[in-house]
Amino acid sequence: MLSKRIIACLDVRDGQVVKGVNFEELRSAGDPAALARRYNVEGIDELVILDITATLEARRALADTIARVARELFIPLAVGGGIRTEADAAAAVDAGADKVSLNTAALADPSLITRIAERYGSQAVIVAIDAKRETAAGDRFAVYARSGQTSAGRDAVEWAREAELRGAGEILLTSIDRDGTKAGFDCALTAAVSDAVSIPVIASGGAGGLEDFVEVFTAGRADAALAASIFHYAETSVRALKEHLRANHIPVRLA
Amino acid sequence: MIALIDYKAGNLTSVRKALAALGAEVIVPGVPGELADAAGVIVPGVGHFGATRALDTPWIDGILARVGEGRPLLGICLGMQWLFEGSEEAPELPGLGLLAGRCYKLQADGVKVPHVGWNSLAIGRADASLLDCVADGSQVYFTHSYVAPVTGDAAAVTEHGGRFAAVVQRGYVGGVQFHPEKSGDVGLRILRNFLELAG
Repeated sequence: MLSKRIIACLDVRDGQVVKGVNFEELRSAGDPAALARRYNVEGIDELVILDITATLEARRALADTIARVARELFIPLAVGGGIRTEADAAAAVDAGADKVSLNTAALADPSLITRIAERYGSQAVIVAIDAKRETAAGDRFAVYARSGQTSAGRDAVEWAREAELRGAGEILLTSIDRDGTKAGFDCALTAAVSDAVSIPVIASGGAGGLEDFVEVFTAGRADAALAASIFHYAETSVRALKEHLRANHIPVRLA
Repeated sequence: MIALIDYKAGNLTSVRKALAALGAEVIVPGVPGELADAAGVIVPGVGHFGATRALDTPWIDGILARVGEGRPLLGICLGMQWLFEGSEEAPELPGLGLLAGRCYKLQADGVKVPHVGWNSLAIGRADASLLDCVADGSQVYFTHSYVAPVTGDAAAVTEHGGRFAAVVQRGYVGGVQFHPEKSGDVGLRILRNFLELAG
């Protein structure tokens, strides 16, 4: 049976992992390769490197970061943040990324999804959707661009369907309402998108405790769940999370 | 020296990296003649079966010549499907035909297609050297929509909407539907088994 995936996200700036990370177990604090190594040993299923760098010089450092992480990691590696062109995607893939994640640039020019899918295959293209509830009931969700700052004037379910048709291989769906709150994933949002597409949906935003993951895989019908800070802080080890999921009859890979 | 065939069906970086980590010397031949010294041949690939059109007669002859010398051949993902007679994804295009059967699309019977993620291997044959030291139930990383049939050549089977061949081996000819280069220690073990077969 296909396992539900647990994905760790590393927010990287200037070659260092950021987001208020507590690295007391690591000799080299903030080093993405060291953190990736730890997650790999714990049994993470996939890694996402999210580049939150602004300058051109620092973006060159990103390729080095990808290469260092990819050198010793033999699980899928996705790279997102600031991928605007086919050349950006090619640089990430050449450095060792298996998948690229597109967000604002795909909203501005949806044909970018198709062009990258034609070059590298749909399995290499993730479309990231940042969505916010339009109603308290959670039956309509609006898409936001530019790290959640600008309304894209689109419905999340409809945009996910279009992304699939244009060649996306997976959807990375982040709830802006829940991101950073630790109040749990937005299961209504996740289920609405997951039911609308046949490609896998990765739920993101709001992971706080073990039970949140159980809910997003059952009520939310997610195929994968992504988290950052709860793993970085070692509040929850990947292994403990997977054991909890397995105890709740959710199929996972225990490495 | 292992020859990794680049027929522009996806990116070879990950496969090269995994082989390098295992200490293998890898070449990516530019012309079929460069296959002559290969101790083993790997045909990787993701995407549409139509991409295998680039593996034309000179490449096929070069690969079959190595197989005829007892050099092992490993197909990965699309490369494994190419070992069969063909695929309904591109019905007009023949496969290499070393293995009997045709590839077909996974049925979305209550499951998502494409099949993306970690799934388990049900090992059905103890004699398949590709699976030396690989435990039954081990999980590996898949990403595909088409599959190869379960025949006598299947060494391990995976289930997603139906059962399909996850590992095939017939003598020196082997294939894996998943990505060993992305399947952690289990995947590296399978690549190591292939390298040992290549000597």
